[in-house]
Amino acid sequence: MTDDRMLSASGLNLRFGTVPALVDVAAELWPGEVLAIVGESGSGKTTLLNVLSGHMAPQSGQVLYRAPDGTETDVHAMSAPMLRALHRSDWGFVHQNPRDALRMGVSAGGNVGERLMAQGSRHYGDIREAAIAWLAEVEIDADRVDDLPRTFSGGMLQRLQIARTLVTHPRLVFMDEPTGGLDVSVQARLLDLIRGLVARLGIAVVLVTHDLAVARLLAHRVMVMQRGEVVETGLTDQVLDDPQHPYTQLLVASVLAA
Amino acid sequence: MNGYNFAYLDEQTKRMIRRALLKAVAIPGHQIPFGSREMPLPYGWGTGGIQVTAAVLGPQDVLKVIDQGADDTTNAVSIRRFFARTAGIATTTHTSDATIIQTRHRIPEQGLREGQILVYQVPMPEPLAKLEPSRAETTRMHGLAEYGLMHVKLYEDITRYGHVSISYDYPVMVAERYLMSPSPIPAYDNPKLHRNPALQLFGAGREKRLYAIPPYTAVRSLDFDDHPFRTTRAPQHCDLCGDDASYLDEVVTDNQGGRMFVCSDTDHCESRRAKQEQPA
Amino acid sequence: MNAIQTHALSKQFLLHLQGGVRIPVLHEVEFHARFGECVALSGPSGAGKTTLLRSLYGNYRVGSGALLVCHHGQMVDLATATPREIVAVRRDTLGYVSQFLRVVPRVAALDIVAEAARNVPREEARDMAAALLQRLNIAPRLHSLPPATFSGGEQQRINLARGFIGGHPILLLDEPTASLDAENRDIVIAMIREATARGTAIVGIFHDAVVREAVANRVHIVLPHQEAA
Repeated sequence: MTDDRMLSASGLNLRFGTVPALVDVAAELWPGEVLAIVGESGSGKTTLLNVLSGHMAPQSGQVLYRAPDGTETDVHAMSAPMLRALHRSDWGFVHQNPRDALRMGVSAGGNVGERLMAQGSRHYGDIREAAIAWLAEVEIDADRVDDLPRTFSGGMLQRLQIARTLVTHPRLVFMDEPTGGLDVSVQARLLDLIRGLVARLGIAVVLVTHDLAVARLLAHRVMVMQRGEVVETGLTDQVLDDPQHPYTQLLVASVLAA
Repeated sequence: MNGYNFAYLDEQTKRMIRRALLKAVAIPGHQIPFGSREMPLPYGWGTGGIQVTAAVLGPQDVLKVIDQGADDTTNAVSIRRFFARTAGIATTTHTSDATIIQTRHRIPEQGLREGQILVYQVPMPEPLAKLEPSRAETTRMHGLAEYGLMHVKLYEDITRYGHVSISYDYPVMVAERYLMSPSPIPAYDNPKLHRNPALQLFGAGREKRLYAIPPYTAVRSLDFDDHPFRTTRAPQHCDLCGDDASYLDEVVTDNQGGRMFVCSDTDHCESRRAKQEQPA
Repeated sequence: MNAIQTHALSKQFLLHLQGGVRIPVLHEVEFHARFGECVALSGPSGAGKTTLLRSLYGNYRVGSGALLVCHHGQMVDLATATPREIVAVRRDTLGYVSQFLRVVPRVAALDIVAEAARNVPREEARDMAAALLQRLNIAPRLHSLPPATFSGGEQQRINLARGFIGGHPILLLDEPTASLDAENRDIVIAMIREATARGTAIVGIFHDAVVREAVANRVHIVLPHQEAA
């Protein structure tokens, strides 16, 4: 059977001084699949996301990415230009704070069109049309296309970031607490949007969240991390409804029901 | 020569600058750092241009210096006199007679020829400076040829004003590789950068960078396919020589709002008038 | 032919938070259901009926033994299958209607049901969903509303519509009529009968004896596990 995993990581180790951030971590992702990495602060989940996306190098272990044409590359052996180009095309990264990823002084349309321009698009009309189309996908009114993000609410900023990320049709998107810090009703809208887009576009997602409900809603599989180790991994509803590891049981039991 | 080395700078400094210039010519449009020296005039008055001129000047050279196109403004006169005194070289106001032309913010109307050198005074060599405050990041952008940000700026202009609003220091792509600031010349002059037979050198003294465009290099002003680059000039003609195609200065003549338009390039204007006054 | 079967299926819960107490629930269960047959799980409360049903769906992890599902003509052991394989089996073969609708915020009732339709274009899925909801007495004016504010009975009927629209060959039902009145209960009975007539294998927990009598071909008794003395 041929290996068609899009991302496969093994033996990842990383310490910050004496603090273990990743301890012998392995992870894999198939096309179109949503993998949630859950854990509390200090679990290593964000570090893992950064290592998988090439932003941080592990001290040992490797992360392999399989491109659409089937060639497999070691993410951390890639040259800086290649990695940046990958992040602008096939990959995307949605940050927890949209202000980290958006240009606040550039119009919404300019923000969405930037990746297209970086890839060589040179037709103003086409770029603007694509920007308006993507704003519609994330439920931002077309008449906001020329507005500055400074005038947007938190939820709108996050949706704008998503549009900006998806405009180049990435196959793999990394998301770091995409709904963190948002009001509950705004979260709900955003989650629904993400759920729909991911399903419709067949995007593979690695999603870091501390919120088990988000994992349940969006993910096919979930990895539970504690102090740098993966303590449990498997089918989302199975891990959340029938947790095996003591830490997972603790996490699940700690969730407040509305 | 009055106690100064030829053209003021010591030979080691000139060698350092020439090495930097060679690198600059080898990588068209790419900014090269250089050890900018203390000059007898402050930053912002053309020290970069003066250092480049001093480094390439030879005893047989004929130097022309212009400021906003004019040979007779204070700065042009001062710099020309500076070199006359420290190098003893011949100077001229005629573009066609010069071998080296140092300029602040204009390209002469008269086409240049092979063998001539045009030295530009540059205040801010980094074309992305207003868009990206981090120097480390702009260096990375140049290294990776990631210029999406500049196109975003043009996109924003078209969105806001219906056209690109940059009227001077209009960014260009040199040899389709490096984004470059052509110094604050009017956008009107940008087409002259392209495939110019002369060697074009750019010096920024305060920022300690120099760069170059070798002769006959492709230089393209940034634009969009459906919003192509276009030049603008005042629709008037020169009140002195009648030219309706040269770049004009607007001169206020009295306190009642009277004004006249004259060629910014004084040599160009004078030459035209001289020809007109010749008996037929 | 067996649609779903278990061999020596055992399951226990190990509660680390309660000092590691073990609760054995299922012990070497032998179970099967055939295509076109409806098997009712019965037994006293707390005996493990829901545990068995959830285990059949892969929602609970099997402790030991085999859990075979006929998927595209092959028997797949869900006890040892990878998460991706289970996802595939659930997509094409195995459906589940839980006792309570897990409410997804913001999504309209119609879309909740339409999303579960398989291999049909979107518009057709929405038409099917509308028809099914109407059959279950959910008025059209409610179709475009998210069900968070609906009554328990209404939510359960949406849940049922979502379970049945997929047309899965095997369907697991957990107390499908628990919050329904007599009229709606009868509609569900009819739907179950139609499904089995179509060849669907159904395994269900039916608290209501009337329903059980009406739909079940066979009863599988689940007895509480007794620890050996």
